[in-house]
Amino acid sequence: MTARMDKRFADLAAEGRPALVTYFMAGDPDFETSLAIMKALPSAGSDIIELGMPFSDPMADGPAIQLAGQRALKGGQTLVKTLEIARRFRADDQDTPIVLMGYYNPIYIHGVDRFLDDALEAGIDGLIVVDLPPEMDDELCIPALKKDINFIRLATPTTDDKRLPKVLENTSGFVYYVSMNGITGSALPDPALIGGAVQRIKGHTKLPVCVGFGVKTAEHARAIGASADGVVVGTAIVNQVASSLTEDGHSTGATVPGVETLVRGLAAGVRSAKLVAAE
Amino acid sequence: MNETPNLNSFKTGPDEDGRFGIFGGRFVAETLMPLILDLQDEWNKAKTDPEFQAELKHLGAHYIGRPSPLYFAERLTAELGGAKIYFKREELNHTGSHKINNCIGQILLAKRMGKTRIIAETGAGQHGVASATVAARFGLPCVVYMGATDVERQAPNVFRMKLLGAEVKPVTAGSGTLKDAMNEALRDWVTNVDDTYYLIGTAAGPHPYPEMVRDFQAVIGTEARAQMLEAEGRLPDLVVAAVGGGSNAIGIFHPFLDDESVKIVGVEAGGKGLEGDEHCASITAGSPGVLHGNRTYLLQDSDGQIKEGHSISAGLDYPGIGPEHSWLADIGRVEYVPIMDHEALEAFQTLTRLEGIIPALEPSHAIAEVIKRAPKMRKDEIILMNLSGRGDKDIFTVGKLLGMGL
Repeated sequence: MTARMDKRFADLAAEGRPALVTYFMAGDPDFETSLAIMKALPSAGSDIIELGMPFSDPMADGPAIQLAGQRALKGGQTLVKTLEIARRFRADDQDTPIVLMGYYNPIYIHGVDRFLDDALEAGIDGLIVVDLPPEMDDELCIPALKKDINFIRLATPTTDDKRLPKVLENTSGFVYYVSMNGITGSALPDPALIGGAVQRIKGHTKLPVCVGFGVKTAEHARAIGASADGVVVGTAIVNQVASSLTEDGHSTGATVPGVETLVRGLAAGVRSAKLVAAE
Repeated sequence: MNETPNLNSFKTGPDEDGRFGIFGGRFVAETLMPLILDLQDEWNKAKTDPEFQAELKHLGAHYIGRPSPLYFAERLTAELGGAKIYFKREELNHTGSHKINNCIGQILLAKRMGKTRIIAETGAGQHGVASATVAARFGLPCVVYMGATDVERQAPNVFRMKLLGAEVKPVTAGSGTLKDAMNEALRDWVTNVDDTYYLIGTAAGPHPYPEMVRDFQAVIGTEARAQMLEAEGRLPDLVVAAVGGGSNAIGIFHPFLDDESVKIVGVEAGGKGLEGDEHCASITAGSPGVLHGNRTYLLQDSDGQIKEGHSISAGLDYPGIGPEHSWLADIGRVEYVPIMDHEALEAFQTLTRLEGIIPALEPSHAIAEVIKRAPKMRKDEIILMNLSGRGDKDIFTVGKLLGMGL
């Protein structure tokens, strides 16, 4: 549903602060734990949730998210179960937008039309599918937009001014600016450079621009949030989950609270970005 | 005026979006899109640039040793008592396989594009060796990603790559085979977009790779077709090649696609049998899906997760196949059949003993299919098979399987 996303960004704009967008892997390390993590995110300060769909061959992800996907798959996670996590979350929370993030093949195998119907029914608001560039829009992007599901595109440092209009053409909800050329979980580049890149994208679109790849601490979140409409944190959360597990990969009493504490800190970071921006 | 396209031709693909029917395409992260579009532009220019073609031809003749011979396998033919069997001797190329044909072509492109660093993935190590070789020849640093399992079972090739100055990076993710090496190479490329050229070794991946690799390998079929006409005064009745990703196969098949009288067979790795998961027969036992930049037949489960696969031959140990093969299978122009590990191993020994040629385990699969078919064919019929690589790299694997002390 596109309205929920638009309302969230409108409300945040009124509040004068950037969004905290949190990514975690569905089914990591098991279905129930990841559902508990998802339910804990809004009250810890997450404004938008990216729900990772595990895939056997995550070509754009670094080791942390690769391992999270492997743990989830080992625990029996499937696309159907990931949609079930969203559905159960949505039963209690009508306001927090959910974006599914992953790779195309599990969606293609599920069947695009069936997937979109199931996603709508589960309360999904948007999709980020890493291996579907604008050249492949007929596959999923156009069908999703027709069914009122946002298709959120990644823009990268290699997306120059010539290519940017093509990338933005069918993008909706927000633009996800990947702050560097590389895989998830790498080091954060200079916030000043990122600010310039965000301004460049904003010259081409009215959509909110969220920045991800490399954001790990509240300080990062504050620095990035000063120039963007949202800050995406993924690897740091996935690492937090990983560090709480037993040696054989099971969740512990520290798993959910650990994520809550981390997200609370990040949320404080984006909220202080508001003060910086207002100064 | 535009030329009227030949609607009955099987050689017109891919279309401008890189599609062969529903297969192919460009399923990559946005970071890589500008690079792939640049590569496509450069490739389109190079294709018709006489200077590029002349350099390619010169290096083919003086560095690779082209044309490779067409060899009549007299004793194997007599032993099987049926069709005449010819081998296209790609194993006699510099570095010992067909892989070098593609590597020379792509490194010339990399130079044209001003790239200063080469990365490659490898399974059996043949493409890694060929990449390391051309990188040495052109003075560029080279990083080769290789599954940790393959590093172990293809030790001689690992050593060769290191001698050639390449850095071999073992990949432990997944089952540590070709699929995982390709994931890791893509991660490297996405990180080092400015200076790095990704030298893909097979006719798969995002457009324009399947077309480009095919065109560099089509020299095999073009030569073989002319050589056969000279030797026999006619075309072969059957063309056979082993298929992993499928570059040696598409290379020999493509120039024969529009020759109606020529039957074409691709041989997939049947591993330990198609019932379980221990095989790599993507077309025979897989289904269409999206991986590594293209839509093609894949080994996958009902949730769209890619399976690991298995083959005795590291070069065929890949759960996908080039998109043009998927299309040729669907339209029925090429027949794809599986050969099991033990059949390939037997064929390996048969050829070694009868012809004094130690074949790689990859073309041993094609030999096994030839051994099945030749006796059922008439003596005046002709089989052409691509002997795509030599078996020196496999002697330790084979020795172990046969229980021979080395």
